[in-house]
Amino acid sequence: MVPTSYYLILSGILFSCGVIGFLIKRNIITIFMSIELMLNGVNLSFVAFAAQWHHLSGQVFVFFVMVVAAAEAAVGLAIIIAVFRTRETLNVDQVNLLKL
Amino acid sequence: MLHLVLFLVFGAICVAGAINLLAQKHPISSALSLVVVMASLAVEYLLLGAEFVAAVQVIVYAGAVMVLFVFVIMLLNAGEEERTSGSRIALLLGVPGVLAGGLLVAWVLIRHSGGNAVALGALPGFPKTIGNLLFHEFLLPFEVTSILVLIAIMGAVVLASRPEAQEPARKEN
Repeated sequence: MVPTSYYLILSGILFSCGVIGFLIKRNIITIFMSIELMLNGVNLSFVAFAAQWHHLSGQVFVFFVMVVAAAEAAVGLAIIIAVFRTRETLNVDQVNLLKL
Repeated sequence: MLHLVLFLVFGAICVAGAINLLAQKHPISSALSLVVVMASLAVEYLLLGAEFVAAVQVIVYAGAVMVLFVFVIMLLNAGEEERTSGSRIALLLGVPGVLAGGLLVAWVLIRHSGGNAVALGALPGFPKTIGNLLFHEFLLPFEVTSILVLIAIMGAVVLASRPEAQEPARKEN
């Protein structure tokens, strides 16, 4: 039997890796992947709490988070393509105007 | 015991994949290590008894979303990223700060650890029960999610279509 706290610590490590990647990475696609990593860390804590309280609402919430993440990935990658088309770069340091 | 061993092995793979995502310079390597993270997270979900969530994790996340990422990386021909040097004081203060904060949180979690997780092999997250919950208690959020996905599809098509392709249509109107 593994205590729930172990799962929460793993989830915290994954979330922190996501935050660090979001801050130190310069490629816009890698920054986007760091956001997905953060969402995965949160999903793990949802499932861990669902198992601890013997209530399945947490797992249903994971389902919703996945749907929102998929929608976000579709729109975000479309924005990345639009940015690349106008700027010819993926470096976030060179993308400093919201205007296309 | 087997539960703990499986948790530790796949947790270690998970953390290694996450750190590799940060260490790699090329986006395609980062994407593949993210696939490793997601696949080992699916095993963690199975250990927690979330059968349906584990399957959806593999199909939606490791499958669909990551294919989208790899596709965009290939499409844009993304090369190695150039590193910008961060400030030294941030490194000196940040790393010990993160370690101290993380250890504090881990200590508190372990001390006030709640009940045990599920036994190995128990699967409370059976698809039928999840479906019952989803289509009765969470029916309204489910429908709102479908509208969100519809808007996301339209937004993606509008954003990714070329501006030149839209111009002739406007002139005709």
